[in-house]
Amino acid sequence: MKEKHGMTLIVRTITRISVWLIFLYGFYIIFHGHLTPGGGFAGGVILALALLNYMLAYGREKTENWININLLHDMESASAILFLIVGILGIAISGSFLANWLSGGKLFALFSSGTIPILNIIIGIKVCAGLFFVVWTLSIFHIEEEAEE
Amino acid sequence: MIIPYLIIMPLLAAFLITLISGKGDTWGVIFSILTEITLIILSVIGFILVLENPLVYNMSGWNIPYTITLVMDSFTGFMLVIVHVIALLALMYSVAYIRHLSKSWKYYALFMLLITGMDGVILTGDLFNLFVFMEIGLFAAYALVAYGNRPEEFEASFKYAVMGSISSTLILVGIGIVYSVTSTLNLAKISEVLATQPVHVVNWIGAIFLVGFGLKAAAMPFHAWLPDAHSSAPAPISSMLSGVLIKALGVYVLIRLIFNVFGFNAIFSRVFLGLGTLSIIAASLLAISQWDMKRLLAYSSVSQVGFILIALGIGTRMAIFGALFHLLNHAIFKGLLFLNAGTVEMCLGTRDLKKMGRLGKVLPITTGTSMIGTLAVSGLPPFNGFFSKLIIIIAAIEAGFFSTAGVAVVGSLLTLAYFMKFQRYGFFGDKVIEILDHKPGLGMQTAMVCLAVLCLVTSILVVPQVRELVMDPVINAVLNQAKYIELVLGR
Repeated sequence: MKEKHGMTLIVRTITRISVWLIFLYGFYIIFHGHLTPGGGFAGGVILALALLNYMLAYGREKTENWININLLHDMESASAILFLIVGILGIAISGSFLANWLSGGKLFALFSSGTIPILNIIIGIKVCAGLFFVVWTLSIFHIEEEAEE
Repeated sequence: MIIPYLIIMPLLAAFLITLISGKGDTWGVIFSILTEITLIILSVIGFILVLENPLVYNMSGWNIPYTITLVMDSFTGFMLVIVHVIALLALMYSVAYIRHLSKSWKYYALFMLLITGMDGVILTGDLFNLFVFMEIGLFAAYALVAYGNRPEEFEASFKYAVMGSISSTLILVGIGIVYSVTSTLNLAKISEVLATQPVHVVNWIGAIFLVGFGLKAAAMPFHAWLPDAHSSAPAPISSMLSGVLIKALGVYVLIRLIFNVFGFNAIFSRVFLGLGTLSIIAASLLAISQWDMKRLLAYSSVSQVGFILIALGIGTRMAIFGALFHLLNHAIFKGLLFLNAGTVEMCLGTRDLKKMGRLGKVLPITTGTSMIGTLAVSGLPPFNGFFSKLIIIIAAIEAGFFSTAGVAVVGSLLTLAYFMKFQRYGFFGDKVIEILDHKPGLGMQTAMVCLAVLCLVTSILVVPQVRELVMDPVINAVLNQAKYIELVLGR
């Protein structure tokens, strides 16, 4: 049972499991950004790769059903605005842009270091959506080329 | 503190536009114009404030070695006012012009990112931060050049992207070398440390940055991207690119780095003079042979940047005044001329000078304002271009650079020559034109009239009292390297 887009059954079955593991790893990297190497950007790239993994295995159309593209689009814009809002709150509370206005907490605890984990999460969403859309947009041209043939 | 808002506001507007707009461009227009009006007010207030006391802003509440500093002295304020005046008028023009291309909010979001990039480059006091903001501005510019979706626009945008990336790579290498030599990225600290280094180190670093930012400023041997990019972009973007982008990303950064950070010396002077002379003469000759209206204007931009560069090369107080004055004037009249060319292109559907004719009847405002723009750029009194060129020539003679003064005079004459061609074929041709494809909108006409009035009004800066009030602090900021270090490091 070969479908028009996407790869073989083996790849798709493996992908169905591995996507969630990749997601988990991406979230781990993002949430531990202030404790271990990595952070918002690296974790965001991993999240985007999970989405792209699904897209490669199942093709564009199934991916469109699986994730809400418009929501992802809005999340991309909203994350940038949230970043700026956290920064502006820094001006309001501590007097300068992006100042760390939350308490530092206990050293090496997961919930510590003030605004840094929040900013890491925001950056993660932004990078994930941004990188995914780069490949997503490029794949449009591929489909049109096939249609011409 | 108003400094961070000059960067936050356009960035916020850009992403609000992408979030809120559905299909149409209504929110794009509302948000971008409101933001731009606020920014113009902020930058004018900022300029008036910093004429007396320059401001320094430390991001995140850290202190100097760890923070990113934003510095606003009078030179920064001067550039910000120019950028935002041209940007507001270009936006006003865009509303009608862009609707005839497409009805999308994307244009406005990209426009706001372009403003963010330029504001960031102008305000920052940190070398790597400067690179980041430069890339934000450039990427928005690459996308905007290709906005019309025609094949030649994609080609121009691609060429621009390749050349821009090469120069950005050079700049990044330069930043790496600076960091390895000085162990800091703060411009004032770099300036302090480089003063203790051997002079050949400074010159080599300067050479790398001269090539990198010279390409952004489109000085002559590095100009190849400009005629394509500036002639294929939509008209308001051409006027932004030619009017302010090449100055904010190219000339401003060169002035800041060479005069405030590296220290001006005889070698930099000679390089500036060489690049400037080549730009003026060769680009003028190339402009004369163009039949594409916007391409002619694009080559003219290269040649006018040459005037700014030779004035910087002379390096005396009067020459710096000439350079900054010409920078302001060129932003205004080249902005105006590109808007004129855009109107003609929209109304006639062609950029070919041979296919144009007598437009006085059907496009009276465009014809009138283009005449004013032409007189200003060719250096005829009483328009602003005359005074800035005169000051540059007088400064050259005073400092003993007689051949440079000669080049400037010849350059002025060549400018007049190719703008005579521009007027003769573009607006006063033999064929009388009575039917137009489209009619120019009210916003387009208002923008052109405002710029034409500014061509005349800015001449007032040569009056000694006004010059002392407005321009002298700016010139002091450029020439006084020690004061810049003292301002940022607070010693």
